[in-house]
Amino acid sequence: MTERDTIDKLLENGKLAEAFQTLADAWNRAPSLNAAQYVIAKYERHRADLDLIACRLAILRSVTVEPLVPLLRAAAFVNGIDLDVKVSDFDTYATETLDPDSALYAFEPRVVLLALNTASVAPQLWAPTDDSETSLRAVADDTVHHLTSLIRAFRANSQADLIFHLLDSPDLTTRGSLESHAGFGQRVAIESVNERLAAVARDMHGVHPLDYDALVARHGRREWFDEGKWEQFRLPATAQNLRHIVDEWLRFIQPVIGAVVKVAVVDLDETLWKGTVGEDGFAKLKMGADPPGTPYRALQRALLALRERGIVLVACSKNNESDAMEVLEKHPDMLLRPAHFATMRINWESKAENIRSIASELNVGLDAVAFIDDHPVERAEVRAMLPQVRVLDLPPDPSKFARIVLESPFFERVTVASAEDRERTRFYHEQAQRAKMLASVGSKEEFYRSLGQVADIAKANDLTLGRVAQLTQKTNQFNLTTRRYNEPDVARFMSDPKRKVLTIKVSDRLGDNGIVGAAITEDDGDACKVDTFLLSCRVIGRGIETAFIAYIAEQARLRGKSRLVGMFCPTAKNELAKHFYEDHGFRRIADDADGSAWELGLATSVLKAPEWITVTPAPAVPA
Amino acid sequence: MDHGNAGASGAGVSPTFAVVQEIAAGVFGVAESDINPESSPQTVERWDSVQQIYLVLALEERFGVQLALEDIEELKNLGDIARAIDKKL
Repeated sequence: MTERDTIDKLLENGKLAEAFQTLADAWNRAPSLNAAQYVIAKYERHRADLDLIACRLAILRSVTVEPLVPLLRAAAFVNGIDLDVKVSDFDTYATETLDPDSALYAFEPRVVLLALNTASVAPQLWAPTDDSETSLRAVADDTVHHLTSLIRAFRANSQADLIFHLLDSPDLTTRGSLESHAGFGQRVAIESVNERLAAVARDMHGVHPLDYDALVARHGRREWFDEGKWEQFRLPATAQNLRHIVDEWLRFIQPVIGAVVKVAVVDLDETLWKGTVGEDGFAKLKMGADPPGTPYRALQRALLALRERGIVLVACSKNNESDAMEVLEKHPDMLLRPAHFATMRINWESKAENIRSIASELNVGLDAVAFIDDHPVERAEVRAMLPQVRVLDLPPDPSKFARIVLESPFFERVTVASAEDRERTRFYHEQAQRAKMLASVGSKEEFYRSLGQVADIAKANDLTLGRVAQLTQKTNQFNLTTRRYNEPDVARFMSDPKRKVLTIKVSDRLGDNGIVGAAITEDDGDACKVDTFLLSCRVIGRGIETAFIAYIAEQARLRGKSRLVGMFCPTAKNELAKHFYEDHGFRRIADDADGSAWELGLATSVLKAPEWITVTPAPAVPA
Repeated sequence: MDHGNAGASGAGVSPTFAVVQEIAAGVFGVAESDINPESSPQTVERWDSVQQIYLVLALEERFGVQLALEDIEELKNLGDIARAIDKKL
């Protein structure tokens, strides 16, 4: 029976998860154009039954991308993303970008990809006929000017995220061995263009430079390019390398649309160190800077890097807790220590059971969890029991472990971790303490009082805008409308006098939770409409949501509004917020395909924050 | 993914052409019976420059060969393409 027959059989028998797991494995083993068509056909037929993230992607290009599109769509499907791709005509990227009425903007893409290479946008840098410093400088300046004006026009015309290729260097330069000898040569010219374009992107929201030269170098500059296919078809790389371009694109697309994991659950024995603590004992374990410890040390370093990006680490191991803790606490060669982990499961339960309990403790969905374990049987069990969890395919050779982690697109981020992200592990520690306190205190209310919570509500500003966008992207459970916004969207709302963008920061005597919620409202006649209202699950159920909506209601009343109107749009994940409006005295006024509309009369409303929460600043008439 | 064997084709057709036929039919979205050694951009409606890229890449992928610029320029029809691939196998 071929693999395709197996998949068809599974689908016939209604074993959807298993069928698509088999399909994904087959694709990951051998991604080809032929396989891509097959993968796309299967996902398209069953897309209604799969929990996929839909995304409209426009590709502007100066190179042939047609054969890349099926590869990209297949790879995206396998990663849970249903891409609707529109490719612009050849070399129309400049006019499409500059014209606000172009087909590009009419398509209303969520993400736009500007796929370029040096040979097409700066042929005089790629293969100069005049390689004098004067000429190279002039070409470099022109290229920067041209691309910068496009990026700026794009930002003015669209709210979409933009991913654009920086320039690549040729494998051979005109000056050959004299390249480094002669000051401003081809490579320096190309680097100078890249530095300046990256600086332009840094000053804008939602513009992401892709280091195309690093991608080419990673896969071997000499073997990357096929002159024949370039001259004939304008194909930017050999057929074998096309999938590397696609993988790199996904490493940007996934974090841009929030298709990422938040928690990495990692095994200990033979994963973080060589050896088994229960059998070999503390002294025999290896994770130092000399072989055979080096691969394990490299994985620990990679995990610390993930933690810097805001990904939460959790240790999960079948061991006696005291044995494993001794290594984590005391082994001199360990880079990872107990404080790096938000929580741990060191016991003899099944890994699947433990992952389920970790997800529940950390208040994340199973699809936000990745599992890293050297043992194929453990991985197979988690895959079978919890198909939503991303299980990393670690090869038998441990020296590849760190690479697999660092290459995974769902661990990528396109914005630098906010303070909240980096501190998340600490929040979870405090959360665990709160749960213990609750268990020891009698009533919930008594517990809330003992927490001494302060809710600090403020208008979003330049420093918090990124966090607001991130919350709209990532918050699934307590989110009334689940409208996803990027930074340019939020910036636009902030500058609209009819709209208010608010953040809420919560602290208590156990610690500072940082910004845990956001709301966006729009004044319309006598009504204030709630466009977005969301809170991190970390604070739900402590009265914070009541304090926040009461604040919004009071502010709207002070602006002379008589009604507060909000929508609840049900999704697969926001059941938690379903009764929010009803519980706060709102009246259901309409239902439509998106959900239900709710209204609160502000003249008669008695909505107020629970007395155990101090709200700052107190609502006041806006100046 | 599996790369099963090409289906049986009419007598007198080389095994290479049988695979070319299967791939071309897939790329151009027509029945294998509509593809013959004389099929060319002039006779196959969907054979445009973009489909030509897909065809070349699909053939390279299946046969594990590289078709050079001059190979493709010389090729008038699918029969020629099958013969060019045979020389590289």
